[in-house]
Amino acid sequence: MELLRFATAGSVDDGKSTLIGRLLLDSKQIFEDQLEAVERTSREKGFDYTNLALLTDGLRAEREQGITIDVAYRYFATPSRKFIIADTPGHVQYTRNMVTGASTADLALILVDARNGVVEQSRRHAVIASLLQVRHLVLCVNKMDLVDYDEAVFDRTCADFSEWASKLDITDLAFIPVSALHGDNVTQHSPNLSWYGGPTLLHHLEHLYIGSDRNLIDSRFPVQWVVRPMSDKFHDYRGYAGQVAGGIFRPGDEVLVLPSGLTSTISAIDLYGGTVHEAMSPDSVTIRLEDDIDISRGDMICRPQNAPTVTQELDAMLCWFSEKPLQENAKYALKHTTRSVRAVVRNLHYRLDVNSLHRDETTGSLGMNDMGRVSLRVTAPLFVDEYRRNRTTGSFILIDEGTNETVGAGMILGTGD
Amino acid sequence: MTDVAVSHLDELEAESIHIMREVAAEFERPVLLFSGGKDSAVMLKVAEKAFWPARIPFPLMHVDTGHNFEEVLDFRDRRVAELGLEIVVASVQESIDAGRVTEDKGPKAIRNRLQSVTLLDAIESNGFDAVFGGGRRDEDKARAKERVYSFRDEFGQWDPKNQRPELWNLYNGRHKKGEHIRVFPISNWTEMDVWQYIAREAIELPSIYYAHRREVFLRDGMLLALTPYVTVLENEEVIEMTVRFRTVGDATCTGAVESPATNPEDVIIEVAASRITERGATRADDKFADAAMEDRKKEGYF
Ligand SMILES: Nc1nc2c(ncn2[C@@H]2O[C@H](COP(=O)(O)OP(=O)(O)OP(=O)(O)O)[C@@H](O)[C@H]2O)c(=O)[nH]1
Ligand SMILES: [Mg+2]
Repeated sequence: MELLRFATAGSVDDGKSTLIGRLLLDSKQIFEDQLEAVERTSREKGFDYTNLALLTDGLRAEREQGITIDVAYRYFATPSRKFIIADTPGHVQYTRNMVTGASTADLALILVDARNGVVEQSRRHAVIASLLQVRHLVLCVNKMDLVDYDEAVFDRTCADFSEWASKLDITDLAFIPVSALHGDNVTQHSPNLSWYGGPTLLHHLEHLYIGSDRNLIDSRFPVQWVVRPMSDKFHDYRGYAGQVAGGIFRPGDEVLVLPSGLTSTISAIDLYGGTVHEAMSPDSVTIRLEDDIDISRGDMICRPQNAPTVTQELDAMLCWFSEKPLQENAKYALKHTTRSVRAVVRNLHYRLDVNSLHRDETTGSLGMNDMGRVSLRVTAPLFVDEYRRNRTTGSFILIDEGTNETVGAGMILGTGD
Repeated sequence: MTDVAVSHLDELEAESIHIMREVAAEFERPVLLFSGGKDSAVMLKVAEKAFWPARIPFPLMHVDTGHNFEEVLDFRDRRVAELGLEIVVASVQESIDAGRVTEDKGPKAIRNRLQSVTLLDAIESNGFDAVFGGGRRDEDKARAKERVYSFRDEFGQWDPKNQRPELWNLYNGRHKKGEHIRVFPISNWTEMDVWQYIAREAIELPSIYYAHRREVFLRDGMLLALTPYVTVLENEEVIEMTVRFRTVGDATCTGAVESPATNPEDVIIEVAASRITERGATRADDKFADAAMEDRKKEGYF
């Protein structure tokens, strides 16, 4: 069965959590005790109706404030697909939690309130989804019940978004009108939306062609851990454990090891008690080589004819999470694959204005929730690919060395300036 | 099962292995919480795979409430011996005797909440900086919100409103002395995934996970086992039934379910048809308040 990971997106109160609750409820994924608990809480709070957002808004503070603060992960399966949902917060203060949820998504559901149309936060989330290379976007025009299910409102909202989004890097964009509260067009077609000829949301999620975003061409194996059993039975055993980050590895393949530049041949690929004929992303395996060369955590096993770029200069798009702004010349800890190095911000080229999509080149810093393009220099070589080619070897995080907080996420565009 | 479903398990397993290796590589002194329950049995199997043919490079820890099912302790000790690992047993009884915690009074008192203190004391005294737990996001609405690497301050507290961003599979385990990270390698597994994996890998579990005859009584809508640790009240009637456990915890607050399922395949069918969550069906500890799990987690619970 295929797995689709999707995340919700869009501004606060546009109905993301309600929609997820509705989707789960109407596809019979909610257990009796969960529904009872939500009905009880809704009654106690004096709501007129059962607040389905409570199915995912599980934290005390979220229930008190009636908003989502952090991502909730939910799992469900229909006969045709398995889903992992990340229901993310719309509030601008918690944008970093939305980025967390979207970073592993194949699809983003961007909700807008039909009454308000596309607002700044809907745009910010769409930009984030596009930077993260979330392949599929669905604009869900929600709360159609509050605009009398008016087709013109739907058309206008879609046209608005399309025009603005044409400047973004989006592969696939769909539009669906819904009412999360009443369930129109979520799992079932609704007579209220008889003018709409497209699929219901669930149908779209179940049947959309996702293809694989696995990169089967560029062989990449960041070494996590060296397996040395120190036992009589496996006296001379030495294996390199890691998760394949791209391409296909097979016994007999000639490989190149970075940073040493030495080559060898794969003698075996081990997987608990046995060997396998091949390994590809996302397999976690242990590779053995014919030659005894010095390899440690942070090294990269690849192919002599197809190696990542070895560099100490990075050019990247950055999402900034910290209240303390990013500044030129500031230093951070940087984690890329299994390597940890230090980085200095050499140049902040521009900040992206999420409304106009203009590049503000006059800025001297990136504030919380800003996105911009930077050049970094790092203390030791990294083995990188462009993010659009490989999510694993193309991404990194920045950590504040004083507070240990994760302050930024980077998507590599290239090397040097 | 079709082989495609198997590939879904492979993906989950690969992710969990990746997480365990990251922790082994980046922390000084990790420990794996092993209660003998199904989730920790799965976690232990994944750990075995992650480092094979070498031994698991960290010890295990069991927070022992003193209210155990014998079958579970037997299973725990057998697994530990098989793998040649060290296990730290942190005893809630000792915390009580030392006056670190006070036990609630009355026939319905349970020790679940007391475990947090015992756990945190043991983490501190052993100098553990990463603690693997078998928590899954599908178990509870507070767990559904938690990161794979979940930061704990020097008081062992979780701050759900201020979690670190966690992108892709890049985990930030940095912390200061006295702080630690709880790591949940099977975060993305569901109860169904766990059982399918148990079936596929033929993972041994304590026998109480499968149907057996047992003396039980009904309390607060749950079937509690008759053990030396509970006091049966006057209006409660002890009956013998064929039951099994869906989760295994402290014997005084873990409920049984009536079931004829004698093997993982039977259990899978039951799980698929179940209309009640595993915690809702079997854990008295989560029935007291809507945010019971969150409150306990903030205090340092698993
Ligand atoms: N009338 C109407 N109300 C809706 C609809 N969808 C959601 N709402 C209401 O809008 C309010 C906000 O809904 P949520 O689902 O919490 O919104 P959200 O997008 O998850 O908000 P954040 O997570 O905080 O960003 C709630 O009162 C919902 O009941 C809808 O289709 N129609
Ligand atoms: Mg929400």
